[in-house]
Amino acid sequence: MSNGISASSAAIAASRQKMQAKRKRVNGVALSLSLAAMAFGVFWLIWILYETVVLGIGGLNLATFTEMTPPPMAEDGGLANAIFGSMLMVGLATLIGTPIGILAGVYLAEYGQKTWLGGTVRFINDILLSAPSIVIGLFIYSLVVAQLKSFSGFAGVLALALIVIPVVIRTTENMLSLIPNALREAAYALGTPKWKVILSVTLKSARAGVMTGILLALARISGETAPLLFTALSNQFWTSNLGEPMASLPVTIFKFAMSPYENWQKLAWAGVFIITMGVLALNILARVLFKNKH
Amino acid sequence: MAAILPANPLDIADRDDRSERAQPLSPPPPRRRVAPWADAVFAGLAQGAAWLTLALMAGIIGSLLLGAAPAIKEFGLAFLWTSDWDPVQQKFGGLVMIYGTLMSSLIALLIAVPVSFGIAIFLTELSPGWLKRPLGIAVELLAAVPSIVYGMWGLLVFGPLLATYVQQPLQSLLNGVPFLGTLVSGPPVGIGILSAGIILAIMIIPFIASVMRDVFEVTPPMLKESAYGLGSTTWEVVSKIVLPYTKTGVVGGIMLGLGRALGETMAVTFVIGNMNQLNSLSVFEAANSITSALANEFAEAGEGLHQASLIYLGLVLFFITFVVLACSKLLLNQLKKNEGARA
Repeated sequence: MSNGISASSAAIAASRQKMQAKRKRVNGVALSLSLAAMAFGVFWLIWILYETVVLGIGGLNLATFTEMTPPPMAEDGGLANAIFGSMLMVGLATLIGTPIGILAGVYLAEYGQKTWLGGTVRFINDILLSAPSIVIGLFIYSLVVAQLKSFSGFAGVLALALIVIPVVIRTTENMLSLIPNALREAAYALGTPKWKVILSVTLKSARAGVMTGILLALARISGETAPLLFTALSNQFWTSNLGEPMASLPVTIFKFAMSPYENWQKLAWAGVFIITMGVLALNILARVLFKNKH
Repeated sequence: MAAILPANPLDIADRDDRSERAQPLSPPPPRRRVAPWADAVFAGLAQGAAWLTLALMAGIIGSLLLGAAPAIKEFGLAFLWTSDWDPVQQKFGGLVMIYGTLMSSLIALLIAVPVSFGIAIFLTELSPGWLKRPLGIAVELLAAVPSIVYGMWGLLVFGPLLATYVQQPLQSLLNGVPFLGTLVSGPPVGIGILSAGIILAIMIIPFIASVMRDVFEVTPPMLKESAYGLGSTTWEVVSKIVLPYTKTGVVGGIMLGLGRALGETMAVTFVIGNMNQLNSLSVFEAANSITSALANEFAEAGEGLHQASLIYLGLVLFFITFVVLACSKLLLNQLKKNEGARA
């Protein structure tokens, strides 16, 4: 009798041990796969950065920054006009897009939290944030380029500004909603009008966060190619006239990288290096800025 | 002097109070309002900027509809399933591009979803504390790299490697096998739908992974700790506690990545090959996608049906991404709402 009990309990113990071993095995497999996935992700980042740096530095010299884009098969030449065009358009687009984005973000966080307009704008804005940027290019094409019958730097600026707006709206709203209500109430209690509360209390306390958003938007549009393809087009020469087609770094890279000419491909790598480093630097700056304040 | 002093301090309070109420000394100083219009102007500006966002969306849809009108009138919905694309004869159909866009995004999702899931598990459950931040930042930086960098790297570095080390061995292995053989046929140059899908996957992994990480972190620690306390393994906690709790958010994150993949232009344009063909189903054959057709042809397209057809394609793309992104947003909002209700 007692023999039977101990035998069955031994069987149970054995099956439990088996079960336990199986669960442990499954766990081990799953966790190693997760580790492999992480390694996989980091592997691409390192590989892409490595190639960009190696091939980019190889194509980089002083002429890259001082000379105009060359014709195919030429000996020398640089990206000066493209770099200038990019900086001009990105700068102007940020100047146009930022105030609108901040104002709309203020509306969402301070005026329209519970209204249908606030809810709708928040929803639409989140869609615009990930909407295909080439469609923004189509929109500006039919709004500006088709009406004026010419590609222009101005159209490029507008297309980029439309990409800045949703990014700035999102971060501004998020940052403003982090500000404790006690701060607002204290300002109201002193008799401050609402606009002044927003400008000199809430927006001011959220300054670092809002700046982060602007920097991220700047980084985003610095690398945007698609919306410039049929708005600003490209230009082989230096121009600061916003009424004519304007070269930009991403569009020039696109044109040069797809070409079979070796000197163009080399310049394209140099351009990719400049853009990647610029964008990563902006991102890191934004992070540092935000971390210091919070 | 003493006579002036009140005998009872309460008395003075009483009297003062009464006298003040009865005969105020002077009217309170008038409140000087600085710029009383400023409040209204500021509120108006903020509301105007909000309306502008809506107007932007309406403008995009309106201008696409208007621009595509000639093509919609000419081809109707049949545009979606015909595959001619002949600018000379003015016959257009979008099937090749729509297929390319959907197929490359599907391949991207097949690769990116499991990898992102693994990364999110690693970042929330496995990683030692000191490694969490740097790895999280690395994943987010991967999301910030401009798509043109991925595209150029894909064309000049990754494509040739894919052709030599994957396509050619597969071709010799599957040579003669009926279905699989055609799937990998084509010249070994490393461009086509598969390359586009892989590059897209690398691009959207960081988006999906960081959304998944964020939603995994909303799981209440109490739930997880209870499961650990009952002797669950890490995998059991993730698959039986965290995943069921956050499933709407996880699907929302995947949809967000899908939206990105569908609308991505540069990374795809570089590697898909830009050929309007659908003769072979091979994933190594050059193909086309909506975005790359727009990027390559739009600036040169003559006004008229060719341009209208391209805008029609843009409209189709915008419609698909709108639906996908709207679903993603609704799912993610639902998770947030549930979290609020349970907390």
